[in-house]
Formats: sequence, C-alpha cells, structure tokens
Amino acid sequence: MGGTLGLSDDERTDAPSGDPSRKVVVCFDHVTKIFDEAPAVDDLNLEIYEGEFFSLLGPSGCGKTTSLRMLGGFEEPTSGRLLLGGEDVTFQAPYRRDVNTVFQSYALFPHLDVFENVAFGLRRQKINKAQIKSKVSEMLEIVDLPNFERRRPSQLSGGQQQRVALARALVNEPTLLLLDEPMSALDAKLRRQMQVELKRIQARVGITFLYVTHDQEEAMTMSDRLAVMRHGKIEGIGSPKDVYDSPSTEFVATFLGASNLLAGSVTGTEGDCSLVRLSDGTTLRVPTARTPKGVTSVKVGVRPEKISLVESGLGASNLTNVLTGQVRVSTFTGVGNQYLVATPAGVEVTVYAQNIGHGVAPRSGDQVTLTWPVEHTFAVVPMSGAELEEQVDEGEL
Amino acid sequence: MERSVSAHYPGGVKPPRFRGLWAKRLAPYLLSLPAGLWLALLFLVPLFLMLSETLKSCSPASGACTMTWNWGELPHTVNLYRAQFVTSLLFALFATVIDLVISFPIAYWIAFYGGRRKNFFLIMLLVPFFVSFVIRTLVWEFILSDNGFLFSFLHRSHLVPSGFHVLGTSVAVVAGLAYNYLPFTALPLYVAIERIDHRVLDAAHDLYANRRVAFTKVILPLTIPGIFAAFLLTFIPAFGDYINQEILGGTSNTMIGTVIQNSFLVNADYPAGSSLSVVLLAISLIGIFAYARVLGSRTIEEYL
Repeated sequence: MGGTLGLSDDERTDAPSGDPSRKVVVCFDHVTKIFDEAPAVDDLNLEIYEGEFFSLLGPSGCGKTTSLRMLGGFEEPTSGRLLLGGEDVTFQAPYRRDVNTVFQSYALFPHLDVFENVAFGLRRQKINKAQIKSKVSEMLEIVDLPNFERRRPSQLSGGQQQRVALARALVNEPTLLLLDEPMSALDAKLRRQMQVELKRIQARVGITFLYVTHDQEEAMTMSDRLAVMRHGKIEGIGSPKDVYDSPSTEFVATFLGASNLLAGSVTGTEGDCSLVRLSDGTTLRVPTARTPKGVTSVKVGVRPEKISLVESGLGASNLTNVLTGQVRVSTFTGVGNQYLVATPAGVEVTVYAQNIGHGVAPRSGDQVTLTWPVEHTFAVVPMSGAELEEQVDEGEL
Repeated sequence: MERSVSAHYPGGVKPPRFRGLWAKRLAPYLLSLPAGLWLALLFLVPLFLMLSETLKSCSPASGACTMTWNWGELPHTVNLYRAQFVTSLLFALFATVIDLVISFPIAYWIAFYGGRRKNFFLIMLLVPFFVSFVIRTLVWEFILSDNGFLFSFLHRSHLVPSGFHVLGTSVAVVAGLAYNYLPFTALPLYVAIERIDHRVLDAAHDLYANRRVAFTKVILPLTIPGIFAAFLLTFIPAFGDYINQEILGGTSNTMIGTVIQNSFLVNADYPAGSSLSVVLLAISLIGIFAYARVLGSRTIEEYL
C-alpha cells in the first residue's frame, strides 16, 4: 500500500513505508472531505503502523486537523474509507470507536475534578469502581500528577491541564491516540519539556500516536515517521531524517527546515549523478535518486548546515559541489555564524557554520567558496509562481 | 493616628502623599454613595416601614393605625390565607417547570446552532415582551374568552363540548404565568448554555458517551447554575404575581398576590398586606440562600 502514496519514495533508502511485517492500525483509503465545495482533504491515502509515533505536519488549512477529526469520528468523509485496526469505521459514531483524542484546547470537563475527568471514559465502559480507581491513579502517576485527584481543571496550569487531557485519553488504552496540536498553548520551554515527556509516555504505554502539528521542529523531534501535508494532500512522507534530507517537493524543502534552492536545468547524467546547469553556467551534481524524473527544469537544494565556507580556490570534484560568492551578511548567533552569500547565479545562499572555534570567520564583503558533499544535494520540481505567492501569504498568517 | 502624623509636621500641614492615600481609600465609597442613597431611601426605608406596619393594628372605621407590637399578626395572616399561599406556590411552580421545559430546547438550539444569527433569534424570542405586561395579558383574555374568535369558532364547529372554557380556570392562570415569565427562564438558560465550550461535547463523545449520556453527564451539570437562576428569576415574580390571576383566573383560584393587592387597595388593611408581603419576601429569600448555599461559592468561582 505504501506505493499508493503517489510519491517516488521507493528509491529512498530504508523508508519504512510499505513494510509488510508491521501491522497497519490506521488506513486512509482514498479519503476526500469537501467543505463548501473546496476539498479540505483530497484523495488521501495513508497507512500508520502499530506502536508508531506518526505526525501530520503542515500549515493551517492543509487538511491535517480535518484528517484527524475524521479518524475521531467528528467529521464524515465525503468519499473514501477509513479503516481502524482492519475494521471499516468510516461512518461509525465517535463514541463507538476505539480511539481517544487530546484536543487542542484540552476540552476538560470544568464541572468535574481531575479524577472524574480521567475516569469519564472508564465509567462509560462500565468498569468496576476499584479497577477505575487503580487505573486512574496509575495514569496520573504516569503523567506525573499524583495527588491532583481532587483539583478542578480551573485550578491547574496549562501544562497540568494538558497532562490531564493526555491521561483522560490514555487511560482507556485505545488502539490509537489522536493529538490535535496539544502543545500550541504552552510556552516554548514547557513545550520542549513536554515533547520529551510525551515521547517517554508513548514508549511506556506502546499505543499508536497520531500527532497533528504545524511546528516542524516538534514533529521532527518526536516522530518515528511524519507526513507533510499541503492542500489536503501528502507531499512528503517518511522518517524525519529521510524527509529532511531528501525532500520530495519544493514545499517540503522549505516547510521542513530551511533550504537553499537554486534553479537550473538537467543536462545529463554521469554515474549515479545528474548534472544540473545553473543560470551562470556552474554545474552541480545531484544524486539521480534524488532528482525528479522526466523534467529538465529543477531546483537544486542544499541545507544551510551542510555547506562549508572555505578560502577561494578549491575546485569541484565527483564528490563535492562548489559555488563561489561574496559574503553579504555575517551574523553571530552564539551557537554559530549565519552567512548570506551572494552567488553569481543571482541567489543568496544561507550558510550555518557551527561555533567550534577554528579558522577566522569571513566578514561581509569577503570572497568565499562554498562547498558541500554531493550526497547532501537534492533536486525538486519548482513551484509555480502562483504557488510561491500563496506560500508567502500562508507564511504571513 | 492622624494627630500623631501632623505632629511631626510643624504647622500641622499634612503631607500630600497621605491625602492621596485617603482619597484612594475613600474613592470607592464616594463613588457608591449615589447608589447607596438610592437603595437606602427607596428600598431600605420602605422595607422598614412595611416591617413596622406588620406590628400595627388599624381600626377599620377611622383607618387610624397604632403601634401595638403585636407579633401575632404574622402567623395569624399566614394561617388565614394558607390556601392562597398554596395556590400561588403550585401555580408558580407549574409555570416555572413549564417554562424550563419550553425554554431549554430553544436556548440550547440558539446557543449551539444559532450561528451568526444568535442575536436575531434572541430578539425574536423577546419581541412579544416589548409590549406591556398588562396589555399582553389582556390580549390573552380576549383570545381565550368564550365570546372570542377562537372559542366561538370552536363551539360553533363543535370541536369542543359546549360547556368547555379556559378563561377563569387554573389552567389559564398557569398558562398566563408561563407565557409572561418565559424570557426570565430562557435568557439565563441561554447564557449558561452559551458559555459551554462546544469541544467538551466532542470530548464526551470521544470518551464513549452517546448523545443521551453526553447530555446528562456534561451539558446538564454545566447548565445547572443557569437552571437554578432561571428557576429563581421565574418562580419569585410568578409567586407574587396577581395580574394573571386577576385577568385570566376566576374566583376560586385566588393567588396570594391578589390578596395582598386587595388588602392594600380595597380593604386598606395595611398590617395584613404587609404581613403577607413579609412572608412572601421570606420565602423568596430562602430560595436565594439555597442557591448561594448549593451553587453559590462554586458558581461564583468558576462560572463568573
């Protein structure tokens, strides 16, 4: 089924999608959801494996939350099927699904104390009282909130409320836990702490997590696999490292981390590499496996941290790509230096150099040579002008 | 205290920062003074006059009243008009329960499904009540009267038995009360339901609660403060109401409000009227205290 994702993922190294040995817990089968004649989710195909921490990542309005709400049973797909543990749940009521949700605003019951909030789902399942008590206590222990049983949600901090919301969902031991941007209301420090915590809890309970977020760092930190969504479609899927190192589209390259993208045209191949000529005549090598097929006009990409700045004079080889340029801006950021280098191809290239103390940092105006290994180079199909404009709009939101 | 402060300053001139402090402390009292005076003159003074009136006795011939300190007047009048108290209590109770049952779905629907037109629907609910209370009731008398268009039609077409009539019965009074006090129920209910975060409903469904359980375990408990407020706001005025009974009721179902009105305006028996009013007030206060006791501390903390 991994092949139905419409992505040329197969060539990429050790992408776990399509692994037949793992049990599929969630399956989106050609799912489309239309709101007011506009598709929010557009022919989505996705499989999530048992025990996996999977993230749906994308800008607001990309369809990630709608996908999650369809799994929770709060929205019905316009077409397509949803399978949960092999069972068709497309039109099943939310209260019959073996799925629990951590809502964006937590949605704790304000009239119930922490214990009753956590016990709510167990009480509906007619579990005996002693068992409820022990399960709730154990879960509050896991989320690090012992002795909070009799507090009310209004007496808790944001972080504590989030733990209660997590406990309330996890205590039911669902097949799948849905998390809808649960950290968006927390401050940066608490968020980082909760990321580690959440990962620890997931490892302990072993439940499949589907995490929805617009925060790419959050998704990369916690996920086993992630999918980048745009316009209701998945644009890139795989382990965070795969998606980061070999983005499949220009959108993925810019949304997930920062990328330098240089427009050029494919002129041929040499060994495992495709040759791409930039507008100033420079030729860059891109591994053929990371070059889109059947197009000549591409954008060559390289991540800012993969580039080294060296004194002028180094030549290109089969293993390295080389560009020359002039430093425009040099910024000291503590952990390193960030440079903006103007290249003859007319693109400003961003370079991150770690602050590890050797060599003299180039200053603005200096002529430099940029070099990076061919294996860290990728190529994507350029977005159309309209798409680029739209992306700028989304970025401003 | 003040003297010791000025003693440190030759000439007794107070330093300005102390004046600032005093002004700051006094400001709230000064600002609440107009409202306080208003309340004292138009509420507390009449209340004391009424209370003192219950201890007087008047000669029916001259109308002159003298203070007798006769506390016996209170239980005496209550005993005398026990039947009317019970009638009022039952009528008000029925009307309030009817209002709650009618208002809840309306308020729920507007709050959850009203969308951008919430205010429009609320105003539609209130429009009939822009007309004066008495006129509205008189129109009902006109509609329900045996010679009115509705009943003359029903009788002529033999849809109801010839002896059937509504005006003058307890049903008409309860219906009139329920009609007239509907907004007092609907609005607090709406406010309480509107305040519920819709996502807690999603959360309830997510945690295996079907629609019925989600309603009884989440919506209803979250609306209880509103239900109680609606109950008091409807029950208390309905309990003391006399217009509905006067216009729509007969002679057999006299409410306590009518007795009070007659004591003051027809019999000029001020001590009796005052005593009944005091009892009415006491019953209402018990309701309010019960509200504060059961829901008050929690409600004030969490829902306000």
